[in-house]
Amino acid sequence: MTRADRRKLANGVFVALCGIATAIALSLLVAILWALVGRGLGGMGILLFTSDQPAPGSIGGLRNAIVGSLIMCGLGMAGALVIGILAGTWLAEYASGTRTAATVRFLNDVLLSAPSILIGLFVYELLVAPFGGFSGYAGAVALAFIATPIVVRTTEDILLLQPAELREAGMAVGAGRALVIRRIMWRAARTGLLTGGLLGFARISGETAPLLFTSLGNQFFNADAAQPMASLPTTIFQFALSAYDQWQNLAWAGALLIAVAVLIVNIVGRILARESHLS
Amino acid sequence: MAEASASSAIERRGPGEALFRFACAGAATLLMTALAGVVVSLAIGGWPAFRAFGPAFLYTATWNPVTDVYGAAGPIVGTLLTATIALSFALPLALGVAVFLVEFCPARLATPIGIAIELLAGIPSIVYGMWGLFVLAPWFAAYIQMPIALSAEAGSWADTVFSGTPNGANIFTAALVLAVMILPYMAAVFRELFLTIPPHVREAAYGLGCTSLEVVHSITIPSVRRSIVGVVMLGLGRALGETMAVTFIIGNSHSLPRSLFDGGATIASTIANEFTEATGALHEASLVALGLILFLITFGVLAIARALLRSTDL
Repeated sequence: MTRADRRKLANGVFVALCGIATAIALSLLVAILWALVGRGLGGMGILLFTSDQPAPGSIGGLRNAIVGSLIMCGLGMAGALVIGILAGTWLAEYASGTRTAATVRFLNDVLLSAPSILIGLFVYELLVAPFGGFSGYAGAVALAFIATPIVVRTTEDILLLQPAELREAGMAVGAGRALVIRRIMWRAARTGLLTGGLLGFARISGETAPLLFTSLGNQFFNADAAQPMASLPTTIFQFALSAYDQWQNLAWAGALLIAVAVLIVNIVGRILARESHLS
Repeated sequence: MAEASASSAIERRGPGEALFRFACAGAATLLMTALAGVVVSLAIGGWPAFRAFGPAFLYTATWNPVTDVYGAAGPIVGTLLTATIALSFALPLALGVAVFLVEFCPARLATPIGIAIELLAGIPSIVYGMWGLFVLAPWFAAYIQMPIALSAEAGSWADTVFSGTPNGANIFTAALVLAVMILPYMAAVFRELFLTIPPHVREAAYGLGCTSLEVVHSITIPSVRRSIVGVVMLGLGRALGETMAVTFIIGNSHSLPRSLFDGGATIASTIANEFTEATGALHEASLVALGLILFLITFGVLAIARALLRSTDL
């Protein structure tokens, strides 16, 4: 076999292996989506949204969990947007280029991928244990801690992408830095800021671990965040591990619901990101 | 008139300026305080366990709420083992997918596949956990575990390595679910990484007559080697700290795993399963101490990852 043949053969094997890897990966992912849609679609229906979780063996829906999830994700996201946008603005506008900013950015990136169950433990020690009880607020705080680093990261990225001339033009007409940021930079970057919010929302809407010891879960309908609160992920967790067919089917329907919601939010986020030239 | 409005504008600037700057710096400080708070609260909460058991907490494998004796070796080994196995499956596959999409796949197909993989990386881990529990575990028990258990002679190496209750809930299947979970994430980041290499560098190599294998081996991979290690560490960090994909399927046994197909536990799965039902103060403290150990491990891994990825935008 000549050298050229050997090179050709080695290359052929390599191309084939890469193709096989892609085929394996795609078929695994298709298998998961197949199971999710196949088992979850049957439970989809108006009842899922209009009735609360049933006792074992009877018919019901996931209304209490859906409402709890929306309330906690909404509260958590509100907190994460305020803290995240301000902190990201500080990194991009006030501290840009300093050592402190580099350290904060580094630690923020670490926090971005820290195990979410530890955030749950932290909030338990911070809010649940001392104030005597699980609550929707504690769950929202845990979710806010998880979403904030994402918002910080996108806020900083999008502000640094804005042309320096924008800042200079604002300064030139006599506006102070804060005014320039609030009236010009944030306005120019608003699509990017929204993207950060959406990505954060998509991330926390499926989080289970941090809610286990903060909001705990609640088998009844409850819109008062001072009380323990149900959420879709924790209810799915409980139902999937139960021995009742009805509950397991509801768990699949809930999982499909979360997955679809996360996909839609992520797709919208991607479209907005492309518009604002965030990669 | 003009003077008055200018001075009032400057006055308006004064306190507002300082206040806004203060709010921004305050938000950043709050975030850093939260990170410090995680370490401090885990250290304080876990302190009774470290005081009661000393360093033996790290290397003994007794986990017994009845006698109130706790050792973390089982969950620590389970965490490291599942994450390592998961990575060894996911890494070659993810690299293969990324290379295929960047080098071989026609762009018309590569872009949609790339986007689909990126979107799948965002699916909540509880979905992967349910797939593991309801689909993978029964399949694995019926088609892999049973045949091996039936064909392995008692005392042979296969019996030692693969023994275990044939229900599909074990260290190995938990690692498989983890691998499937981090696969789209790693493939998406690798692809993004390869796309940052300027195309003319690769084209030059092709122009010299290199084959695709030679371009990938001598151009693509060496030029982003540091970042590749960084991405591997990010994937490892995810696998180490993942809770829901593992808790469903690992079997929840706290002893040291005796074989690959034996039930086990990870730090995260132990905390998720027991924390709300902790029987006493020492039990709860031991779980928080486990959390501190997990934090230190993942913080180390993620810090290395971020240091290696500093030059990139990932």
